Amino acid sequence: MRIALLAASIALAVPLALASTASLAATAYVSNEKDDSLSVIDLASLTVTETLKVGMRPRGLLLSSDNKLLYICASDSDRVQVMDLATRKIIKELPSGADPEQFALHPNDRWLYISNEDDALVTVVDSQSDAVLAQIDVGVEPEGMAVSPDGKWAVNTSETTNMLHWIDTSTQQLVDNTLIDQRPRFVEFDPDGKRLWASAEIGGTVSVINVASRKIDKVLRFQIKGVHPDKVQPVGVRLSADGKLAFVALGPANHVAVVDAQSLEILDYLLVGRRVWHLAFSPDQKQLLTTNGVSGDVSVIDVDSLKVTKSIKVGRYPWGVVVTP
Amino acid sequence: MRPFRRHLLLCVLALAASLTYAGEPLQVRIGYLAYIPASGPLLSNVIPEPADAGLRGAELAIVDSNSTGRVLKHSYQLEATSADDSTSLLSAAKALHQQGVRLFVLNAPAASVRQLSQALPDSLLFNAGSADDELRHSACLANVLHSLPSRAMLTDALAQFLTVHQWQRWLLISGPTEDDQAYAAALKRAAKRFGHKIVAEKAWSFDNDQRRSAQAEMPLFTQTAEYDVVLVADERGDFGEYLPYQTWYPRPVAGTQGLTPTGWHKTVETYGAAQLQKRFEAHAQRWMNDRDFAAWIAVRSIASAVSKLRQTDAKAIRQLALSEQLPLDGFKGRKLSYRPWSGQLRQPIELVQPRALVSTSPQEGFLHPSSELDSLGYDAAEVRCDLATTPF
Repeated sequence: MRIALLAASIALAVPLALASTASLAATAYVSNEKDDSLSVIDLASLTVTETLKVGMRPRGLLLSSDNKLLYICASDSDRVQVMDLATRKIIKELPSGADPEQFALHPNDRWLYISNEDDALVTVVDSQSDAVLAQIDVGVEPEGMAVSPDGKWAVNTSETTNMLHWIDTSTQQLVDNTLIDQRPRFVEFDPDGKRLWASAEIGGTVSVINVASRKIDKVLRFQIKGVHPDKVQPVGVRLSADGKLAFVALGPANHVAVVDAQSLEILDYLLVGRRVWHLAFSPDQKQLLTTNGVSGDVSVIDVDSLKVTKSIKVGRYPWGVVVTP
Repeated sequence: MRPFRRHLLLCVLALAASLTYAGEPLQVRIGYLAYIPASGPLLSNVIPEPADAGLRGAELAIVDSNSTGRVLKHSYQLEATSADDSTSLLSAAKALHQQGVRLFVLNAPAASVRQLSQALPDSLLFNAGSADDELRHSACLANVLHSLPSRAMLTDALAQFLTVHQWQRWLLISGPTEDDQAYAAALKRAAKRFGHKIVAEKAWSFDNDQRRSAQAEMPLFTQTAEYDVVLVADERGDFGEYLPYQTWYPRPVAGTQGLTPTGWHKTVETYGAAQLQKRFEAHAQRWMNDRDFAAWIAVRSIASAVSKLRQTDAKAIRQLALSEQLPLDGFKGRKLSYRPWSGQLRQPIELVQPRALVSTSPQEGFLHPSSELDSLGYDAAEVRCDLATTPF
């Protein structure tokens, strides 16, 4: 991590220059799985400014569309917590079903689709009325969750069944399944909702799926010089808002793959911290943050130059990350 | 706030909605054959192994596999039998074979594995019960794959850890049974492989003064040339439990007691293992052990192959498993696969004490040209077998 260290020493000189813009700065929230806390990172100074206590084993994070509320999967507390970001206080807790890990918010800003890993269920909760709208049987160990930009599809992955489960949100019924490689971990729609990206941790692949046909367009495989193929275990995926680039966190390979989201060619591999889990863009799309579970830090990628510029120490086992303007 | 709908492992999954994968419906019948000989009278009052070790793992894997199977129209079924001796095990196996079963998971001693291998030449057998090294390096049973780690894998995993700690002077104590001798032989092989020195070797002989407790005997028994660690080969747990804290020098104990290498343990929790543990505990009302895991991954190996091949032919499953094109998810942080030369499942080995995971081997820095997992156990060049090219 010589690059990161070098960059860190340069970064020490920079914050003063940036201090005047601090009031406009974006803020990142990182869930620390083994600390029951969130680290708050100021993206202008790239420092942790606060650590917030939350429920047990916090993992998945997501924001309401107005960025005022933060939803937190507190897996071992068996609930989803809702934090008011103005006060940074938990204002309510939603019935999530057991062991919520990942979730997704419908574009209507109300329906939360939550995977219940231990119960082979997806629970749909109305975040305003707190009502459980539906519980849908899916495969064993449901994990990844995404809702299409048009709100039509909710897609869940099940790690042991090795499938994507397509839920029609108008009826909350499971209507189709797509078999992909071993241990599907995460799903992400592209910005126009035409393709779905699904990572398979043990298969070592990312399947890019045509949403209209629900068939696989291409299976991406990753080869990094000096890294044993068994260590390539894709988890988090993020696409840039312009739909041009995709970034794939490769877990214990300690790299993030950069993929041309149109041609589906792999462009580069960026060295980050150890066991990289999830990714989030800054609001201006110029920075990409990665959570590195084993090294307990967050790497900052400069998206224009595709360079890793800094690592920021957070709590133990950082897992999820979101950024607010 | 507890979940409002309790865990129903056997719940009927509503996955059948899809016809996307409606190929030929398949019935996958897997025989589970168990014969666990009694270990004889023991000196120490050991906590017994669960009698259904192995079986409950196989059952859970059937549930797991039916979740994918329901969509693919593949239905998995376990035909479980347990026998009190090797003869009745053989007749139970033949009866299942008569009914058309060609895929078996065995939880039985090495002699039974050989016997069944010969009796069922057109069937694929998964050895989930015997750690015997000869089965892997010289028996070359064409129709047997091994999901339980071999003794050599276990002792190599331990020896690597001891190398990292530079605990290189060993006192080796072994029990009298054939299994103990085999474990001791594996330890000696590991010592040689990883540059350890056995400073003294003692056999626990049971002829101590019976008026004196084993605890009192141990300090004198371990008074030898100075060592860094005591290695014990006592698979039944006859006397080894008395060694920790009773050694002449204040040194750790490792092997079959103390710091123990194993294929699975309650304390394994990373890489999604916590979910498997929870599912198993809900299913069996006890902790999952190495036998359960070996049987679980054996059935999962069959199911992963059947999902890929869309057929249940034993020959095709064997060929795929030995081709290294069947990545298996064993919740161990990397994909697992079968060694084409011996049919042994490559896997990381956990080093545990009763209530904690101490380390996982291969240790960092033990390299191998193709897979670091092959630094554990017999490598291709060390064995007479080449299963991938052996006719089935």
